[in-house]
Amino acid sequence: MARMHKSLYNVGALLKGLATTFGFMFVRRPTIEYPSVKKQHAPRFHGLHELRRYADAKERCIGCELCAVACPANAITVIGAENTPQDRRSPGERYAARYEIDELRCIFCGMCEEACPTDAIVLTPRFEMAGLRRGAFVYAKDRLLVPPTEGVGTAPDERPNGIPSDLGRVAEIKSTTDVQTGYDATNRGTILKKQRKGLAG
Amino acid sequence: MAAIHSAPLWLVVLVKSALLLLVVITTFAYAMLAERKVMAWMQLRPGPNRVGPWGLLQPAADALKMMFKEDLTPKTADPLIYKLAPFISLISAFGAYAIIPFSEPSPGDLWSIGNVNAGILFIFALTALGVYGISLGGWASGSKYPLLGSVRSTAQMISYELAMSMSVIGVLLLAGTTSLAGIVHAQHRIWFVIPQLIGFVIYLITAVAETNRAPFDLVEADAELVAGFHTEYSGLRFGLFFIAEYVNMLTVSCIATLLFLGGWNPLFGLTVVPGIVWFLLKVSFFLFFYIWLRATLPRFRYDRLMAFGWKVLLPAATANLVVTAIVVAYIG
Repeated sequence: MARMHKSLYNVGALLKGLATTFGFMFVRRPTIEYPSVKKQHAPRFHGLHELRRYADAKERCIGCELCAVACPANAITVIGAENTPQDRRSPGERYAARYEIDELRCIFCGMCEEACPTDAIVLTPRFEMAGLRRGAFVYAKDRLLVPPTEGVGTAPDERPNGIPSDLGRVAEIKSTTDVQTGYDATNRGTILKKQRKGLAG
Repeated sequence: MAAIHSAPLWLVVLVKSALLLLVVITTFAYAMLAERKVMAWMQLRPGPNRVGPWGLLQPAADALKMMFKEDLTPKTADPLIYKLAPFISLISAFGAYAIIPFSEPSPGDLWSIGNVNAGILFIFALTALGVYGISLGGWASGSKYPLLGSVRSTAQMISYELAMSMSVIGVLLLAGTTSLAGIVHAQHRIWFVIPQLIGFVIYLITAVAETNRAPFDLVEADAELVAGFHTEYSGLRFGLFFIAEYVNMLTVSCIATLLFLGGWNPLFGLTVVPGIVWFLLKVSFFLFFYIWLRATLPRFRYDRLMAFGWKVLLPAATANLVVTAIVVAYIG
């Protein structure tokens, strides 16, 4: 009798299982059908790097190699060169003659972004960088630097240590002449206050 | 219709067979797609949706892939039996359709290739032969996992086949005939699923074992035996086993419909809807049920299936048969 009772209980479990699978047919599927639909990433998603420009198309990178030093994966190679009056690439003394990131070594931690004194290197939300050869993953300036026709590049994200994200947006309205007139913290603060009140421009 | 009656019999049978083969193979292809879709939905996946709209051309892509794969024969295999086995499975799977009636639009105008008096016996004989394809294929592969698979298939067969036949005898007693059309006619008033509920449940369970599908897919048992009896098969020969499995699933669904759900007899007296539609609806219900079962239940253990077959199904089927026999003898 006890065995009979137990087997009837098993029938109940069987029906419960069938009901569960049947019900799941009508549950919304979480699948994102990737090539046709793309996931909306978090705003601070760390993807492919980008070298930014100032509003007057000068490169922000001054070839200081701080990013290469900060990089825990040794993925960044910077070789700087002097700016000359005839060929002025960046507002500073130097610019990056070569700037290469091995995206296969990169761990996308964003330390380069934090180390950069001019906010030149930024991690964008772009993540589609598949390639067929290993060599194709060494990104040089031809692929990292924003083309002059496409503006200044992606604004850096809000940092956990309190550096405001407006820095990038300030650069969109200010040109490198502001940098030469003194691009220090107090000045930047004024610009930001003005911008928040809608006075900047 | 008149043209059919004046044509020579061999031509009629040939045309009917070709047509039915086409229909059954197409049904197999889309049953496979339906299985993948339904199981995917139950597992919160979208299922195949890349080939054609809604994945509708997936069966064609699969068929092409099968055809172009290399047909390997292991060195240790028995070449003749190894090559023959898939055909044994396939022929016995298709053979059943020679006598399955699908509809009867007007009395005497039966939609089937042949109408055999001992219809149900013919079908049981054929489906039992199908197991030889699996057993021989596994044995002739000359490899350990297929051998284990085929040993299991034999053990499985002796545990369910008896209960299956017993469960059907109740229906035969009620109908008083073994002809499939006769059984359907006998269900004109009441479907046999009601008086033969126990027989119906036993048939459903044993039919899963018959088709080697989850939860009784011990013969394949991907998790334990690689792929069981068809581990060594590749290309089109594997495809033939695959077709045989799905056609068998279709066959047991047709038989369940004919024996228990009243074949082409309409539900609620809705005679407006043609009988063939009713038949196909009922068969689809069973096909869905088997897919549903596969998505729900884990695989039985080998000894549990045997214990279940001998200690639960067979006594239940026998008791059902005895009670039915007594009732038929005194009332019928």
